[in-house]
Amino acid sequence: MSKKPSKGGAPALDMTPMVDLAFLLVTFFMLTASFRMAEPVVVDPPSSIGQVDLPDNHILVTIDNDGRAFFGISNSTAKMNALRDMSAKYKVPFTEEQIVKFSGLPSFGVDIKDLPAYIDAKEEARKNFKGQRGVPLDTITPNNQLKDWIAIGGRKAVEMYEEAKIKAADAGGEFKAEKPRYAIKCDAKTKYIYVKDVIKTFTDLKLYQFNLITSLEGGGTVIDPTK
Amino acid sequence: MAEIADSGGGGHKGGKKRAKKQSTRIDMTPMVDLAFLLLTFFVLTATFSKPKSMELTFPAPPDNPKDQPALKNGITFLLSKDDRIFYYEGEFRPADDEKGLKTTLSELSFSQDGNASLHKYLLKKSKVMQDQIRALDVKHKNKQLEDTTFKRMVREVKANPASYTYLIKTDDKATYKNVIDVIDELNVNVVGKYVMVDILKPEMDLVTEKVTN
Repeated sequence: MSKKPSKGGAPALDMTPMVDLAFLLVTFFMLTASFRMAEPVVVDPPSSIGQVDLPDNHILVTIDNDGRAFFGISNSTAKMNALRDMSAKYKVPFTEEQIVKFSGLPSFGVDIKDLPAYIDAKEEARKNFKGQRGVPLDTITPNNQLKDWIAIGGRKAVEMYEEAKIKAADAGGEFKAEKPRYAIKCDAKTKYIYVKDVIKTFTDLKLYQFNLITSLEGGGTVIDPTK
Repeated sequence: MAEIADSGGGGHKGGKKRAKKQSTRIDMTPMVDLAFLLLTFFVLTATFSKPKSMELTFPAPPDNPKDQPALKNGITFLLSKDDRIFYYEGEFRPADDEKGLKTTLSELSFSQDGNASLHKYLLKKSKVMQDQIRALDVKHKNKQLEDTTFKRMVREVKANPASYTYLIKTDDKATYKNVIDVIDELNVNVVGKYVMVDILKPEMDLVTEKVTN
């Protein structure tokens, strides 16, 4: 296509390809974006050479500097089901609305008795919630709520996984989801004894495999024969 | 600024001249602005890197606490406050006996260089195994070994009873970071086996003595 040079004035620039590209990228980022709610605590994990991605389907226990434990499940349906069971077990009633709202929250660190109030609180108020002392995890007294959360949450997450697997098999599609994994995220400065309590809670439930979340360390040559 | 190029849009073969066409030019500037604004927003808020993690398996406690298998070739790391790390080799001996002298602790550091560097210490200890694994790795890369054979051979090398077992113990002031650092260092140096164990009272006393001095 030949074009006569326009006489005078600003040269006309065909921006169509650029705009196409811009919109393509916008669409891409919009579709891949996943919005996360702010975590109740900021935790700065230590760096390591660990290269395993955190599995999408996980049950996460976060431990902050003061040893408070926060609990979260990535699968929102499993989270709702877990809350229903916990509510029955601890005799703390939740409304259906609260359960749905709870499924959208990130990890929480309150006693189940304070959970209804925590769920109803506004997002800004949640950060400074008074009862936010971590999920109780006394390994000696029977008040180890974290243990119940992990046990029930884990069971529900596996149920969801199995359900998805059956559904995929019925549809004849390829099944890609992974089994839920247990992850521990912990601040670098946390005293190890706090982590030990959480790990003790896990091992009491006969769960021995975890992913410890770390930030990526640059460099370092590793021969990794385990892979 | 932005203009849609007015393409010829078919010829004017008909010959008959039509009424002057209305300009199809649209000012695209606001749209482009918006597109880029959105683009910038999504790029900046996108979380590309998923958090990385380190897989760790803890030992199941034996059914009978007295069933603890005897530890051969053990090296014990004791972690304490202020990033201090101590170690001793072999079994713990609270006092001199016929098998050997009383256990004393030596100190290591987390830095990469220096005489008492944990990294160098591990390098020295696992040299033989590392050389074996490296040799296998080279063979594997040169396609002389199948994937499965390679994995099996590496496992065999690691399971060599002559290799060390590393125990990691912490006192109540050690930080999580130190624990991860030690595990990391053990991973980097491809040691055979390592395990997290609870600290014993006499070990704790030794550490406290060292730290307070």
